[in-house]
Formats: sequence, structure tokens, C-alpha cells
Amino acid sequence: MGIAEILLALSVLVLVVVVAIPVLLILGTAFFVDGHFNIKDVVQVLTEPDTYEALKNSLVIAAGVTLFSTFIGVFFAWLVSRTDLPFKGTMKLLFLIPFMLPSFIGALAWKMLLSPRSGYITKLLMSSFGLESAPFNIYSLAGIIAVETMYLFPFVFIQVSGALERMDPTLEESARISGAGLFTITRRITLPLMMPSIGAGALLVALYSLAHFGVPAILGSEVGIYNIPTKIYERIYQSGGNFSAIRTATILSTILVVSAGVILYLQSFILKAGRFQVISGKSMRPVLLKLRGMKIPLLILSIIYIAITVVLPTVTIFMVGTLKTYGLEFTAANMTLDNIKYILFEWKMTQDAIWNSFYISLAAALVTMLVGTLISYVIVKMKVRGKFLLEFLGVLPFSLPGTVIALGVILMWSGRFGVNLYNTAWIILIAYIARYMAFSLKSNSAALEQVHDSLEEAARACGATHWQALKDIVIPLIKPGMVAAFFLIFLPALRELTTSVLLYGPKTRTIGVAIYTLNEDGETVYAAALASVALVIIVIGQLVIKRVTRSKLEGE
Amino acid sequence: MASVRLEKVCKAYGKHTVVHDLSMTIQDGECFTFLGPSGCGKTVVLRMIAGFEQPDSGEIWIGDTLVSSPARGVFLPPEKRRIGIVFQDYAVWPHKTVAENIIYPLTIQKVTRAEAAERTARTVAMVGLEGLGDRLPFQLSGGQQQRVALARALISRPQIMLLDEPLSNLDANLREEMRFEIKELQKNTGVTILYVTHDQEVALAISDRMAVMDENGVIRQVGAPDDIYEKPADSFVFKFMGVSNFIPLEWRSGSVYVMGSDSVLDCPLDAEQIEAVRSGTLVAGCRPHDVDLSAKVSDNWGVVRRAVYLGPVMDYRVSVGKVEIRAQKDIYEVLTKSCIFREGDTVGLRFFDLKWFREKELAVAAEAAQ
Repeated sequence: MGIAEILLALSVLVLVVVVAIPVLLILGTAFFVDGHFNIKDVVQVLTEPDTYEALKNSLVIAAGVTLFSTFIGVFFAWLVSRTDLPFKGTMKLLFLIPFMLPSFIGALAWKMLLSPRSGYITKLLMSSFGLESAPFNIYSLAGIIAVETMYLFPFVFIQVSGALERMDPTLEESARISGAGLFTITRRITLPLMMPSIGAGALLVALYSLAHFGVPAILGSEVGIYNIPTKIYERIYQSGGNFSAIRTATILSTILVVSAGVILYLQSFILKAGRFQVISGKSMRPVLLKLRGMKIPLLILSIIYIAITVVLPTVTIFMVGTLKTYGLEFTAANMTLDNIKYILFEWKMTQDAIWNSFYISLAAALVTMLVGTLISYVIVKMKVRGKFLLEFLGVLPFSLPGTVIALGVILMWSGRFGVNLYNTAWIILIAYIARYMAFSLKSNSAALEQVHDSLEEAARACGATHWQALKDIVIPLIKPGMVAAFFLIFLPALRELTTSVLLYGPKTRTIGVAIYTLNEDGETVYAAALASVALVIIVIGQLVIKRVTRSKLEGE
Repeated sequence: MASVRLEKVCKAYGKHTVVHDLSMTIQDGECFTFLGPSGCGKTVVLRMIAGFEQPDSGEIWIGDTLVSSPARGVFLPPEKRRIGIVFQDYAVWPHKTVAENIIYPLTIQKVTRAEAAERTARTVAMVGLEGLGDRLPFQLSGGQQQRVALARALISRPQIMLLDEPLSNLDANLREEMRFEIKELQKNTGVTILYVTHDQEVALAISDRMAVMDENGVIRQVGAPDDIYEKPADSFVFKFMGVSNFIPLEWRSGSVYVMGSDSVLDCPLDAEQIEAVRSGTLVAGCRPHDVDLSAKVSDNWGVVRRAVYLGPVMDYRVSVGKVEIRAQKDIYEVLTKSCIFREGDTVGLRFFDLKWFREKELAVAAEAAQ
């Protein structure tokens, strides 16, 4: 059976080149000096005040964000799925919007609103109450935690509201029949049953927050607050890539990889433990808590929450993007569309950034989708010796944060192996492929698991060769999964910042990098204008996905 | 059409041997059934014949073609074996219409369009799917989907048809109808059919010959349905073919007693059998409808523990000492002879058509007696 071995070898090769070697290079650089294992230096690097500080900050931020996201996520999930809150369907969609918005753009908006010197809200409050100093300082751990929470809580919200809706209502009903009140039921029955989902959502938040670059980079770096990813970025940029900086970066990366691994392990453990819970696939009408007098206040609370976390920052970005100069009042005389015109039609740098993001993301989405299909096929469907190797490698992409991937591709593709892609679009493409492989594997293997083996075998028995069976049966059946994978990669890649910021060269800025550097350079208005363009692109992209996936459903 | 020959075929997954040293021949044009409990390896045998699995050793022949032989390095892929297969889950392609599903083998063979259309129409008619050609599978019932699968397997005129529990997802009425139709198709096309099932009723109805396998994959008996039913080779086959009574026996003061009771089994035994009873290696077996109950209490008696009305029959469970015997009486007979028994009644028993089983099967009998 030649085909099976060829496909396996190809899949292994891709994962080794794109993921495994970069990780090994990171580990090698972190733990080996001149070919000798060296743990003393590792300890020394970690105890340096500023790396130690970064570790501590990462932990504090992740802990805070996880805690708040869990509370907010569970509360709103319960509100939209278990109470008689009005407009629940709409509210549910609104709570998912933060998922679509890039958090670093949100951070940018909050900086404009709450920075201690020039924030619009800060100024408003200071003038209305005659305050001497700013009431808040967004450039702080608390500020970072607050902004990250706004964008990460949907992880918990989705997990928990999904589980609440699928929960077998007879479990609650039997408790009711036994005489328990709704409050008791929620506390004693519903909440314990939801624990696995809450845990899984919380761990996902922790995973993202620990390795998150955008928000701390915008709200922390300016005042010397660094977490692990921003510290890695700072080290590599300040030192111009000298060895000790790279080494510190690899050691910090190792910590990120290990903690991601631990979190993912815990998550799979929790989800497995939660298997016993009785969640059925049937449609059902669970008992809704009557909010009575609290109905309107809670609705208003939800609307205010969304207004503050979604509407306010988005509007701010659009409004600042149309100001003549940052800091002016929002009056008609001060506003203009020239900024948008300038970045779209006149300024080479922003035009390049948009074009770069577009074609690199397109290429990454196509390649990653196809390679992901191939790898998933071998893992899910094929019986071939040596598959365990692929299964092991296939887990790796899930536990590699963007910063780590960027560092890995720098180590691998900067001439060490005779190929120097540094400062080219290729290195960004390779990093994107590694970064989004997990999405592709997830989407494709889910689709493949739906395709029962007998469908392919029936084709073989009908006289089709392996390739014909793939072409005529398997590929058409998993096409929706492949399309989903494409968009799952393309849209986030368009606004990617974390890896691009470590890899961009003079001619290879991406949209995310351009917004970030414009902000760094004090070009706040242009940063906001480009961010507005990015937001419009994202919204259009989401609408296209909806369209495509819906017409798929109708077509079937 | 072709015969299928298995020679010393072995197959193991890891350390678990599924098929051990299996040799048998399925005749050309025959409907042959592998009957056995789930996990006995019958599906693996079918999949090896189809070419979805490779045997570890041994040879498989389809007609005069050697299709699998690890020793000789021969392995013909499934698409070259000229087989038709129908799966338990139908495996009808959900993205193709009924007609597209059925015509697919001809597209692969590059049959001319006119001929393909003509053959499709004929096959569609043969399985009774006229007028449904443009439907998508989700618009069909389970029975219709199974017909699509049958048509798709038949259209390329395969040498052998492999059917893997094709009826077990259908409801009882449909199952009966479909098994009749499969039999008809075989008569009309003369194709060799290899059928795998755990349902002894289907196997009896459909097979020319059948093989009964135990949970270890050992073939206990091969033969025509009536042979298997009437002359079971051992207690496993007897038990597998339907509801059965096993009566453990003992020899006391010149008579055969039902073990642990004072009920005498009134039947002639030869010297050898008596010896076997003495050494505790002979057990009697009978079907519930071969047990006659009467109000006249004889040497062979028991107490009715449960009486259940099942429509056409009355079902009784009678305790003879510690042994429970199941008896079924035709409802007509029960009413005309007015021999309705209630729980607690003492009844006389008579056994007809007793089968005798020897050797280790006492373990089975002891289990059945509990």
C-alpha cells in the first residue's frame, strides 16, 4: 500500500518542518550552551528582576482575566439561557461580538478613552468634577486585566450557554418534584453539572491570556509593565537579535509552551471527567427562572455592558480615525474622511500593509486548509504503521502560542539551514501556517469523523481506486469543513499581530503591525483610521462566512 | 459468478486473534451465511474477502483468482475484486441523488452513457425504486436507502455480493420483506451471496448453507438451515438457533432424574449414554414447543412459576427441582383442551424430540439452568 505511506510521510514532514523543528530549536537554544546542557543559566535568566517581573505579571494578568471572565461569562450565559430575559436571542449574539473584534484594537480604543493625560473620558470626568488627577489609570495591570476580560469572556460564555441549553431538563425537573426551589436547584444541580464546561472555558481563557500580546503591548509596555510575550518582543527588538536576548526569549517561550501544555492537559482531563454528565442532544424547554421585577434592570445591565465593551470602543476608533489631529474635540469642524482616504489611496505603507495581510492570509488559509485536510485524513481514516508519530505531532500546534511560533521560525529560517527568509513575506506565511494549523486540524478532523468509513469503502467496492474514492466521495462530503477551516484561518490571519510583530520587515508590515507601529510612533489618528478599515473588513468577512455557511446548509 | 475459497486464513489485531486457521469454500451461486454473536469475527472474514483487511496468513481465492496471500505477496485491492457490498449503515452517499449513487460503479468503469442509463433504469426497477431517482438519500426511508445500496452493489454485475448485517437497522416488517427480496434477487441474478448476521431467523430464511461461529471465531457447524436447526452439532449451535432448554441429568437407582429433583426422565438411553449421565457429561436439550404440559401429574413433574400470554402461544416457566424449563403451548390447543395453568399449579411434563449433548457443554447447561 504505497499511498498510505506516502501520505503519512508527507504529513509528518510538514509538521516536522513547520512545528517540530522550530520547537526543538527553541528548547535547544534555551537549555544548551556550546553543546552542553546548562540548567544554571536558565535559572539565572529566570531570576533576573525583569524576566521574573514578566513571569509574575503574566500570571497575575492570566489569573485576573480568568477569574473575571468566568464570572461574567457564567452570569450572562445563565441570563440568556435560563431566565425569561427579554430579547434573549439578540442579546446572545451581542455577547459574541467581542470574539470578532481584535483585542489590540480594543486596547487602542480604551487607551484613547482612559489614558491618564489625554483620555476622552478622563478629561470629561476631570472637568466635570474638577478633579486634580485622573480617576483611572488604564496603563496598569488592572487596566490590562479589564480590557482582556472584555474580549476573552466569550470563551466561557459559549461553553456554558451551550452546555446549559443541551442539559437534560429532567435532571432539574426531578429535583423540582423532590421539592427543591429554583435557587437550590441552580446551586445544587445546575451549577455542579456545568462545572466541566465552566472549567473548560476558564482554562481556554487562561491559555489565551497567558500568551496574549496585543493588550499588554499597548497598555503596558509604555509604562514598563511586561508580560512574557511582550518581554520576548522587547528583548529581541532592543538587542537587535544578540544571542543572550534570543536565549532569554527561548527560555520564556519554553515556559509558555509548558504552561500551554499543562493547561491543555487539564482541559482534556476536565472534559473527559465531564463525560458522565447527562447532556442530551434533544431539543427541550428547560424551566426558565422568572425574573419578575429584576427583568428590566437586568436587561438594562446587559445593554450597558455591551454598550461599554463593544459599542463605545468601536465608535471611539471610528471617531478618532476621522479627527484632523488627535486630542481635538469631536465637532464637525474637526472631523474629516481625509485620513481614511490617505491610508487607503495615498500612503504606500498602509496600502502595502493591507495588501500584505490580504495575500499572506489568503495563502496561509489555502495551504493550511489543504495540509490540515491531508493530516486529518491520515490521522482519522488511515490504518498505517507509524501513525502514532503523526498523532503526537498533530497535538503540538495546539500548544504553541504565537510568540513561540515566531521565535521558532526566526531560529529556523534566518540562515541557519542555508535558507534566509528573514524580513520576507515567506517567513510570515510559514509562521501563519504553524499558528493556524490547529484550527485546520480541528475543523477537518471533525468533518472527517462525520464521514463513516463505509462510505469510502462502498466506493472502493464499486471499483473506485483510493484516489477516486477520495475525489468523488470523501472530499465532497468534507467540503463544508474545509470551507469553515479556510475562513477560520483567513479572518484571524488578516488582523494577526502577535507573530507578525516579531517577523515583519521594512516591506512586510501587516495590518496589525501597521496599526501597532503607527500607535507606537504617536500617529494615533492614522492608527485609528487603519483600525476602522480593519473593523470594516472583519465585519464584511463575518457576513460572508454567514452567507457561505448558510447557503451550504440550504444546499444540502 | 464465482466461488470463494478461504485457506488457513488467520487474522489478529495486536495480541487478539480474531480469525484462526479458517478454511472453507463457498460455492458458486450459493447464498452462504456467517451466523454468530457480535465480536465473533464474522465481519472481519467478510472484510478480508472484500479486501478492506489483509489476512496475516493463509490464502483467499475468488473464483480462479488469488486475491490475498501474504506468503506470496499477493493483495488485490477491493476495487479490483469485482464485488458488491452492502453495509449495515447503508453507506449511501448523502451528497449524491439515488440515480447518481446507483450509476457510480458504471461511471468508474466508463460504460457508455446510453448503456449506463439503461442498466440504471433496470436496476432501479429491480429493487423497486422507480420514480425516486432524483431524490437525495435524506429524503428516503431506511428501507429505501438499503435498496439504493443493494442496487448500487448489483449494477456492476459483481462476482460476489457481500452483505454485512444489511437488515438490522430496519424494523421487523421491512426486515421480512427485504430478506425475501434479497433471496429473489439472488434467484434472478444467480450471484454468489455472502451474508453476515447475528440474527438466526434471517440466516434460516435466506441461506442455502450457513456457518455458525462462536464468540471465539471457531466455526461450530456448517450446513443447510434445516440441518443446523434439526441436527445441531453441539449445545452452542442449539442454543444460538433459538430459545432452548438444557436439562442436566443424574443417574439414581436405575433411572435418569432431572438433576437435583425427583422427576424421572422417561426415555430410553443406550448403555453409552447411561455411562455419560453417570459421569455427568450428558445433557438433554429441547425447544419450549417440544415440552408438553398436562394436568395429569406423572413421575416427571414440576411447578408452574410463571405463565405469560404471548398472543399465539402461552409461555410457561416450570420449576423441576432447581432446574427451570420453558414451555410454550399453542393458544388454540390451550383453549380447546382447556389446559390453562396458573402460577403454583403442579403439572406433568413430557419432552419430545430431545437432543443429547455431551462433553464440556455441561458448563453451558449449568448456566442455562440458573
